[in-house]
Amino acid sequence: MKEQQEYIRDIAEMRSLMERSSKYMSLSGLSFIMAGIYALIGAYIAHKAFRFNPGALTDGATYGSFANLPKIVFLAVAILILAVGTAIFLSVKKAGKRGERFWNASARRLLVNMAVPLGAGGILIFILMDKGLVALVAPLTLVFYGLSLYNASKFTYGEIRSLGIIQIVLGLVSSYFTGYGLLFWALGFGLVHLVYGVYMHYRYER
Amino acid sequence: MNNTINRLHKAFESRIRLGIMSVLAVNDMLDFNALKEYLDVTDGNLASHLKGLEKEEFIGVEKTFVGKKPNTKYFMTKAGKKAFADHLTALEKLIKGVNE
Repeated sequence: MKEQQEYIRDIAEMRSLMERSSKYMSLSGLSFIMAGIYALIGAYIAHKAFRFNPGALTDGATYGSFANLPKIVFLAVAILILAVGTAIFLSVKKAGKRGERFWNASARRLLVNMAVPLGAGGILIFILMDKGLVALVAPLTLVFYGLSLYNASKFTYGEIRSLGIIQIVLGLVSSYFTGYGLLFWALGFGLVHLVYGVYMHYRYER
Repeated sequence: MNNTINRLHKAFESRIRLGIMSVLAVNDMLDFNALKEYLDVTDGNLASHLKGLEKEEFIGVEKTFVGKKPNTKYFMTKAGKKAFADHLTALEKLIKGVNE
């Protein structure tokens, strides 16, 4: 027969296994902070260097006058790659510290759950750009990103859920006030990420 | 007291088996490699414990193919869920009993 202490250890281990196998906890708060900083810099460049400011939908300027659009798309993709790259790098480090693998079944499930809304949104956004509806691009990136976070929250920190809701709301508001697309985009991807990352960092990593 | 101990199922004596049941309790289905990652055990060790649980009919096996590679997935059966829940209750009682 086992000792009392052993049963208590068994229970602690079971609890940790249940958590580890259902939620991916190697995400780092620092990744959100970095993503926020990249987004703010990107928005600043788009605003200053490319004078990017998508007008209202009915605005004639929505069509044609975005000679810089390919550059903006390139900039956005660069920010995305940088943010995802940083997140991967920091997760690898954090997973190592926790004695876990960075790429495990929990990570796969988290990614699949994010990929479906993000993929659908990405395709829709490219179609909209092709049709010249540039004003809706920034709001919809926020909405679909928010949806993917909301969906992913079951498989990682629960707080991701509220982050998702904030992004969805920001996206919807900004789709109404189309003239402020870039501002809302900087707010959602920049400031909200930054604040959220600081919160996560202090809550889980100290 | 004796009664409680009898209810601690023999099949769960091993920590690895307890681990397998814990992980399958919160996941619909997991393949061999995912189990191996979470439990951090060798192939042979995991396989023998899975066999043991399968024999008790606490877990079920589903074999599919991914391309040409066989992929075996494990899930908890109804009997397994009940046995696991009973085991947890027994553990709980045991610890409470000693503490009181």
